Amino acid sequence: MATWKRTRGFWGSVILAFAFFAVVEWLIASGMLNIFYVNTLFFMAINVMLAASLHLIIGITGQFSIGHAGFFAVGAYASAIMTMKLQLPFAVGVLTAGVAAMLAGLIIGVPSLRLKGDYLAIATLGFGEIVRIALLNIDYVGGASGMTVTHMTTWPWVFACLLVTLLVIANFTNSTHGRACISIREDEIAADAMGINTTYYKVAAFVIGAFFAGIAGALYAHHFYIIQPSNFGFLKSFDILIFVVLGGLGSLSGSVIAAVLLTIVSTFLQNYPETRMIIYSLVLIFVMLYRPTGLMGTKELSSLWKWRKTEGGVNHGGKNTVA
Amino acid sequence: MELIQQLVNGVSLGSIYALIALGYTMVYGIVRLINFAHGDVFMVGSFVGFYAVTMLGIGFFPALLLAMAACAVLGMVIERIAYKPLRNATRIAVLITAIGVSLFIEYVTIYLRGAQPEAYPSTLLPDRNLKLFGVVISSQSLFILGTSLVLMILLQFIVHRTKIGKAMRAVSHDAEAARLMGINVDNTISATFAIGSALAGAAGVIFGIYYTKIEPLMGILPGLKAFVAAVLGGIGIIPGAMVGGLLLGVIESLVSGLGYSLWRDGVAFVILILILIFRPAGLFGKNVREKV
Repeated sequence: MATWKRTRGFWGSVILAFAFFAVVEWLIASGMLNIFYVNTLFFMAINVMLAASLHLIIGITGQFSIGHAGFFAVGAYASAIMTMKLQLPFAVGVLTAGVAAMLAGLIIGVPSLRLKGDYLAIATLGFGEIVRIALLNIDYVGGASGMTVTHMTTWPWVFACLLVTLLVIANFTNSTHGRACISIREDEIAADAMGINTTYYKVAAFVIGAFFAGIAGALYAHHFYIIQPSNFGFLKSFDILIFVVLGGLGSLSGSVIAAVLLTIVSTFLQNYPETRMIIYSLVLIFVMLYRPTGLMGTKELSSLWKWRKTEGGVNHGGKNTVA
Repeated sequence: MELIQQLVNGVSLGSIYALIALGYTMVYGIVRLINFAHGDVFMVGSFVGFYAVTMLGIGFFPALLLAMAACAVLGMVIERIAYKPLRNATRIAVLITAIGVSLFIEYVTIYLRGAQPEAYPSTLLPDRNLKLFGVVISSQSLFILGTSLVLMILLQFIVHRTKIGKAMRAVSHDAEAARLMGINVDNTISATFAIGSALAGAAGVIFGIYYTKIEPLMGILPGLKAFVAAVLGGIGIIPGAMVGGLLLGVIESLVSGLGYSLWRDGVAFVILILILIFRPAGLFGKNVREKV
């Protein structure tokens, strides 16, 4: 009974998710959702995955990384090489994308996570740029003109990847390892003094985040027919960063909500890219000036109705900060 | 000879990086903030210079001064509106704001005048080629180098010989103590932003003359590279920024000279990551012990 009480939220959300999946599947199959909405939906899911994976790095572990588009690019290209050049099935492509991005995360994470704050931000930004420039110069993947990729991303794939991403990140956050990461965010020196292997956990969070960004890259590559290095510049990294910052540094549901909302906004503003970027930049500035914790702070959506039941403990009243 | 030619080109390019890097380093030294918008101030300076030359029909030096003045004002406005309210906020909050300001300047410029590039008039400076021991040096690159050197010497004079320079050094050393000594910290920070931004504006005009083509997003890459230069020399240290800028320019030119010109932009970031791993305090910096 006790186990049921603890896990009913988890199973409830899984069942809800499957219900959502079935409804959308039915809508797509019956042709009630036209191609435009399906596109938006896929794009939304990809953005949610990116936001959730960056949330793990910035929001939970407090490591300010602004090169997330680099992992996204590595995943996109790795999967495209698998399916297009080597003619392997899509599943292999998706898995390779994750593993390749993970390795990239490990390579960049081990040296640069010794840095803090601003320096880490710049190092990750530099990494993202190096990935882009490397892709631009490798003829095997098409250089500046990019690679054409067949459309393979389907709704069951998108849903499965999204669900796994969110479940793994949510459960990681609530595990021993997640708590260790949160303690690093709150105070790295204190966490170190408490015997937490800070380097290990920082790299772990970084690598897991990179893995899911890579998977998102695979879905992206096989949905938009063509991938070019220019799709993965630092503006893409900033896009992802805005989801996390607006949603609340430290809140998974906040990042997800922000990713969904901003995807809708940017779909509407597709024909006015400058206006979109001006709005984005003003959002960044005003959120930081007037509500530096973001919309949700470190609270989760589920804690809104748990509030009354838990007496003390658990809820910190939004006092948590990032870095 | 080829090598020396590349060195000459590298020094010209490096002096532009050095001018931008100075602004980064001064601002970082005083408020511990990576001013991401600095590259965009550089872009605005370039455009102010361009419009001054083409619309007002003035010469190089008046245009340079005008661009510097406009950028100084812009720098102070950015500081007052976006950074000052966050003086006591977390580092990440300020960093995100800086990114926001940077995007804002870029896209407002595009919104106002479109994304199309402009070409700087080439008749602004006398263009004659000097042959020196078989190396071709254009009179333009001499002008550029001369202007940058004069500005750097001027900066050294301001920082070390004037009252405001003394205040800047005091605030960067310990803002609290400086305040107790009766230094107006806010004004000093404003002055730092003004001077740094003016240098970026000058760099913008020089860049326009050297590369001819200017566009609203041109500030991003030189801005990031100038930051690399500042880190290379040791961030917060003024001579470090100059040396770092020149070094970076020379390295980039040598890489393009070796035939890897497409990789040129990547080199700066490789240097950044290497320097951050092996000597995070930079070439001129001292290691500081972390205190709890």
